[in-house]
Amino acid sequence: MAQYLLSVLTDSTELATEGEMEAIDVFNEQLVGQRHWVFAGGLASPVAATVVDGRDGEPVFTDGPYLESKEHIAGFWIIEAADLDVALRLAGQGSKACNRRVEVRPILREEQA
Amino acid sequence: MTDVTEAIARAHRQEWARVVATLARRYRDLDIAEEMTAEAFAAAVERWPADGVPANPGAWLTVTADRKAIDRIRREAKRAQKHQEALMLSDAPEPLGVIDDDRLRLVFTCCHPALAMEARIALTLRMVGGLTVPEIAAAFLVQETAMSRRITRAKTKIQAARIPYRVPSREDLPARVTGVLTVLYLIFNEGYLASDPEQNAVRGDLTAEAIRLTRLVRDLMPAHGEVAGLLALMLLTEARRTARVSAGGELVALGDQDRGAWDRALIAEGHALVRARLASGQPPGRYQIQAAINAVHTDVRDVRDTDWSQVIALYDQLAVLDRSPIVRLNRAIAVAELDGPEVALAEVDGLPLEGYHLFHATRAELLRRLGRSDQARTAYGRAIELAGNTAEKAYLIRRRDQLGAP
Repeated sequence: MAQYLLSVLTDSTELATEGEMEAIDVFNEQLVGQRHWVFAGGLASPVAATVVDGRDGEPVFTDGPYLESKEHIAGFWIIEAADLDVALRLAGQGSKACNRRVEVRPILREEQA
Repeated sequence: MTDVTEAIARAHRQEWARVVATLARRYRDLDIAEEMTAEAFAAAVERWPADGVPANPGAWLTVTADRKAIDRIRREAKRAQKHQEALMLSDAPEPLGVIDDDRLRLVFTCCHPALAMEARIALTLRMVGGLTVPEIAAAFLVQETAMSRRITRAKTKIQAARIPYRVPSREDLPARVTGVLTVLYLIFNEGYLASDPEQNAVRGDLTAEAIRLTRLVRDLMPAHGEVAGLLALMLLTEARRTARVSAGGELVALGDQDRGAWDRALIAEGHALVRARLASGQPPGRYQIQAAINAVHTDVRDVRDTDWSQVIALYDQLAVLDRSPIVRLNRAIAVAELDGPEVALAEVDGLPLEGYHLFHATRAELLRRLGRSDQARTAYGRAIELAGNTAEKAYLIRRRDQLGAP
């Protein structure tokens, strides 16, 4: 089993609609039921972000995201899947549920690190 | 070619994919599979002339590659645990896919939709086709280092993202087979449309390579209609290849080709495949319909005997599956033969294909037949500007110049 991060991509600050939330709930229950679920969450808009740099002693705070870009991550799932084919199929369903594009990225396993 | 060299070349054609595929399953590592297979063939080149060609070259190559893989894994301490894992994996009975053959797993892995299309093509030619990186680079007019990077990156992604080494599940299978056929057809077209096959034989060889790979996939999935359809389409297209370009390097239109120069054996094989698909009674996919269109063309010794109404009926069938305006453009060319250039021009005008050279070339030919030389000249000009292929350009320039000065 491997873990994948499914990031929800968006270029707007609009939150999920009621219909999208319902579809996401159904998808989440399916993830739990099929034992793919690890964790998931929605993220506040990048306006709420703070970048912290503590590499040189006293941390330095910067208001805003580390990268100003048109698209940002609005939420994510962490799932367990046997391989990429399974992860891609789930990502397709998740994308449909939240009505946004989803990026699939493997989480490093110990042997790869 | 000596007997031994020939035996090695034959083994390369027949056994390369099998050896790579076997090692890839055993060690779950495409790098090891590829490199050790290459080393096994290098060992064959060295030893077969002295020791003689083994009775079973495939087995010899597999065992040799396998020994080399184990040696390398032992040498690399870091890999030790992986080897252990691999052995354990191969002990466990694997769930059988719809079709069980290591080579098919290899094909599906190399053509995985999570890889960029150009990576799929390169990987398929390297891992399944056994072409060397310099050969692939030359065929695609890419720097060797760039091609090598492309292949390495694809292999890294397969490993890191866990692209599985198996035949896709039943629900994924139809889309994935279509994806494999797309890769094979792109390889074929890259060779077929090569503008100077004389000067760049490697590119021209891609058609033969694509046919060989498609034959392999057909052997592995004999019941799949579209695989047979694609093979038939390639054979019927390849049969006309030498007649398609004149000695002077100019494109020869279908109607002007020397049909005696067509390869009858390829045509017979293509026709047999098309007939078998028709007899199956299953609804045809796009490759089968395109093959059937080519079968109609290659069925007659004289272009005037072409059954154009049959061609149009097939394009109508294709248009249901593929709404692309290119299908409608090709249909209009057949319409011109049946109902005349005026009707055809009405169908062509208005197609959203402004940037496509064959749109303008088709319009030019139709306008010319209608005696509208000025407009024809303009259309040829547009087609010449847009055509990338030198043989096609040469043909279009001559056609335009035949019209005389404005």
